Amino acid sequence: MSNHYIDLKNSDCILIMGSNAAEHHPIAFKWILRAKDRGATIIHVDPRYTRTSARCDFHVPLRSGTDIAFLGGMINYILNNKKIFREYVLHYTNASFIVSKDFYFKDGLFSGYDPKTRKYGKDTWVFEKDGRGIPKRDMTLTDPRCVFQLLKKHYSRYTLDQVSGITGVTKEDLLKVYEVYSATGVRDKAGTNCYALGWTHHTTGSQIIRTMSIIQLLLGNMGICGGGVNALRGEPNVQGSTDHAILYNILPGYLKMPAASQDTLAKYLEKNTPKSSDPQSANYYQNYPKFTVSFLKSLFGDRATAANGFGYSWLPKLDDGAAYSLMHLFDEMYKGKIKGLFAVGTDPAVSSPNTTKVRKALENLEWLVGENIFDNETYSFWKGPGVDPAKVKTEVFLLPASASMEKEGSQSNSGRWVQWKYKAAEAPDDAIPVGEITIKIMDAVRALYAKEGGKHPTPILNLKWDYKDSNGRFDVLKVAKQINGHFLRDTVIEDKAKGTRTEFKKGQTVPTFGMLTDDGSTSSGNWIMAGSFEANGLNKMAKRGKDDPTGLGLYPNWSYAWPVNRRIIYNRASCDLNGKPFNPKRKLLEWTGDAWVGDVPDGPWPPQADKQKGKYPFIMKPDGLGALFGPGMAEGPFPEHYEPLEGPLTRNPLSGQLINPAIQIFKSDLDKVANASEKFPYVCTTYSCTEHWCSGALTRWQAWLLEAMPELYVEIGEPLAKEKGIKNGERVKVSSVRGAVECVAMVTKRFRPFLVEGKTVHQVGLPFNYGWLHPKDGGDSTNFLTPSVGDANTFCPEYKAFMVNVTKL
Amino acid sequence: MQATEIIKLIDTTRCTACRGCQIACKQWNEMPGKRTRNFGSYQNPPDLQWNTWTLIRFQEHVDPKGNLTWLFRKDGCMHCTDAACVVSCPTGALYHTEFGTVGFNPSRCIGCKNCVAACPFEVPKYDASKDRIYKCDLCETRLQANRLPACVLSCPTGALTIGRKDKMLEAAAKRINELGGNANLYGDKFVGGTHVLYILSEKPEVYEALPKNPVVPLSIIAWKDLFKPLSLLAAGGVVVGSFLHYLIHGPKRPDENAETTKKAEGGE
Repeated sequence: MSNHYIDLKNSDCILIMGSNAAEHHPIAFKWILRAKDRGATIIHVDPRYTRTSARCDFHVPLRSGTDIAFLGGMINYILNNKKIFREYVLHYTNASFIVSKDFYFKDGLFSGYDPKTRKYGKDTWVFEKDGRGIPKRDMTLTDPRCVFQLLKKHYSRYTLDQVSGITGVTKEDLLKVYEVYSATGVRDKAGTNCYALGWTHHTTGSQIIRTMSIIQLLLGNMGICGGGVNALRGEPNVQGSTDHAILYNILPGYLKMPAASQDTLAKYLEKNTPKSSDPQSANYYQNYPKFTVSFLKSLFGDRATAANGFGYSWLPKLDDGAAYSLMHLFDEMYKGKIKGLFAVGTDPAVSSPNTTKVRKALENLEWLVGENIFDNETYSFWKGPGVDPAKVKTEVFLLPASASMEKEGSQSNSGRWVQWKYKAAEAPDDAIPVGEITIKIMDAVRALYAKEGGKHPTPILNLKWDYKDSNGRFDVLKVAKQINGHFLRDTVIEDKAKGTRTEFKKGQTVPTFGMLTDDGSTSSGNWIMAGSFEANGLNKMAKRGKDDPTGLGLYPNWSYAWPVNRRIIYNRASCDLNGKPFNPKRKLLEWTGDAWVGDVPDGPWPPQADKQKGKYPFIMKPDGLGALFGPGMAEGPFPEHYEPLEGPLTRNPLSGQLINPAIQIFKSDLDKVANASEKFPYVCTTYSCTEHWCSGALTRWQAWLLEAMPELYVEIGEPLAKEKGIKNGERVKVSSVRGAVECVAMVTKRFRPFLVEGKTVHQVGLPFNYGWLHPKDGGDSTNFLTPSVGDANTFCPEYKAFMVNVTKL
Repeated sequence: MQATEIIKLIDTTRCTACRGCQIACKQWNEMPGKRTRNFGSYQNPPDLQWNTWTLIRFQEHVDPKGNLTWLFRKDGCMHCTDAACVVSCPTGALYHTEFGTVGFNPSRCIGCKNCVAACPFEVPKYDASKDRIYKCDLCETRLQANRLPACVLSCPTGALTIGRKDKMLEAAAKRINELGGNANLYGDKFVGGTHVLYILSEKPEVYEALPKNPVVPLSIIAWKDLFKPLSLLAAGGVVVGSFLHYLIHGPKRPDENAETTKKAEGGE
């Protein structure tokens, strides 16, 4: 979240789209209701009427996978009806930047596309620069090659008729949402968006979020109270996994994973440290080398020296251009190229797309290690339906892990609050924290490497590996402090502006990432967490102060929010050029002439009007401004609607490109696709329910939860049920070209058919919370139906739009 | 909580049907979860039962203008002032507490099921294995310890609140005024006023399994005036209780409720 949960109460209009907030964030939903009590309009856009819709002012159904068309239509509406917050767009976004004349968009493709690799060269997605190397601007926003005009041209194609035909949303409903939401494009109103898996689980997921970001920039809703683009992340620990790099393509703190071609630290830093010639751009990522070197020092300690590139060569590298997502892992495993798997707190035999392929792939493993609080369908795959245990060679180990409430540690919520929590109960029997399991295994691995050598022992043996207490047990506080970082020698920090001089001793925790260095004198396992401890070792994550000085619900003394306890990021954009709040009633920040007062500002510099010392508000962007034109994306600088890999249409009404041109297509014999097929005529989507958690691997063992949601069901609209002669509660089979599941039909008024390009399209949906292991008669994984295909930027799988048939059993 | 008349207010317009209350009730009261089947609804178990003292009812509703709404109603004991169950109970297992609510002492229950027949809301449920009824006691012991009932404590959105009767009536009136439209208060106008009140977004007759105008059965009133004073004198209560049972049930047939009970408990 750019903002935080409590801040939702400050909004005037909340667009819940790609999220079923009431069902999946039931506690946080109270802040949405608080906003409603204060007069905010709450809108739910979703294929299905859910428990969230029931509490919103209105619900608008749209066909799964057409969010960019819906939001692109909103951009068109905002621009045509002059709803933009002009002062903000002009000064705080790259609207005025002049784009290279070699850049173009034609029939669904941007310049630079290579159909063979399904990838773009981005050489033309650049700005024209002046003699000083600063992007050229047209502050009248009329130059046909300025971002604003290109944006306008791009989305002029997203007319009401076109968008309605694609999404299946009536023009009246489109206009209703567009009017209400775009009314927040003024100084004293705030609009926000809540999204979750309903946006990320698409082949175009990242670009859906980008489209919303563009809307928020046009309306001046970024960096303000009650605004922002807010991912509602949950217990699956998405926030923690991205912050702490449980993803293949990043290192902790969103540093980039090195590629093989970046074989030296210098090359890696050159590639990843952005440059700006504009003196008003803070370009905060110019500090990238400091974050990187401090990270290497945390990994390798004294072994990391300037002479050996701080041990950079010991880091694993990605093959250039290659991806290693979950789907890639199972694709390689299916090919027999992966021998062993650690499946920690996960149940991919239920949760990963294309279950048939996943379960077959598991059979190719020599060994599988599970760490979990219960057995699940992955660890027991060798005795699953249709599997002959005698023919499976895989040796499986299941290590009992303690549950989250059975251990001390930190938890990161969506609002970037990292809250320390304590052990509430002892774990049963032999169960221990996964951290401790990791320590034990790695101790043994290191001992083996020390004794036997092995192929590449250096990185393993050079690890700084001191995470144990005096009893030899895993010490979670030691880990947390290592993540925060230390001064590695006595250091004096002088602040000339404040006229202060502070001494720090070797071994003290670094109190802010502003003090990290690239000379090896500091360590930090994750730079965004530098500041979670004070220099005296006080754990800020454990703070529980309830004071709220701004009255806006920032609660600055409750836990620690990264970065540097900033509760709303890009907050300098809540003020005008002179640092005065756009909305005095929600004064998040104000420049008093020599300092900012309110939230922790995005940097101490004066506001932008001060041409000497002032900085632009979007300090993490090289140009310092919000990116309406975003060249970082895989499929183009402006989001474009493409149909899902499997959909009901044979042509994309907007262009000649039916599907996202930048997605990777897996080609195994089990990766079948049936687009616009008569055999699979219904759009299908999958989701969770309040009562179960993810694959249900934890919650299905809980009798009260299972009693409330006992088995797999498919929600079918009344017209389709009537057409198919299916009565409520009857058993049916749902099938795709990849597989089938049997379940109970829940015939409902809450799914209605869509009118898509003049034809009636039905949509159905199933929860993904069930598996064969327990209960035995509760149904199996809905991912038998889903394709292995993912977002072009993140490879987050497409669980939300594909095609099925439904037949009565 | 002060030992004074209280009201639990269920604001259905704030309920997200997360069912935290349904689960928290089972947790606090140590009631088992049973294997159910999905019968084409989110609602489960299908009805209140001996081990399910509160339940969210899910109901799809299309208003006269054609707008779809999904109504969520937390069902359970209404804690009536003129409580038919208390009147019909021959042993004092059901009684009025210091808070005005209806408490339940399972050790005194003889399984006569008078209350089951008498309750206008069909709340008390019979457990044949223990020959006893069960129902919500609004966490009497928690109230006595100045703690919130388990359901109220679990509610994330503020749909469930509890407090002194006068304050709660005031809060309810304010909320209904804010909501406008068909919003109405349910429970204050019959059976002497209930200690659980609903704020409903639709008229009461729209809701499934919600009596529009619940009354204490005449036979119960007759019982209260004529026979109950006698029953409280001695063990004769059981005998006279049986008479009441006859009065309101007619002659008892073996396992008369078995079939419907099985269905209402979700199969198996």
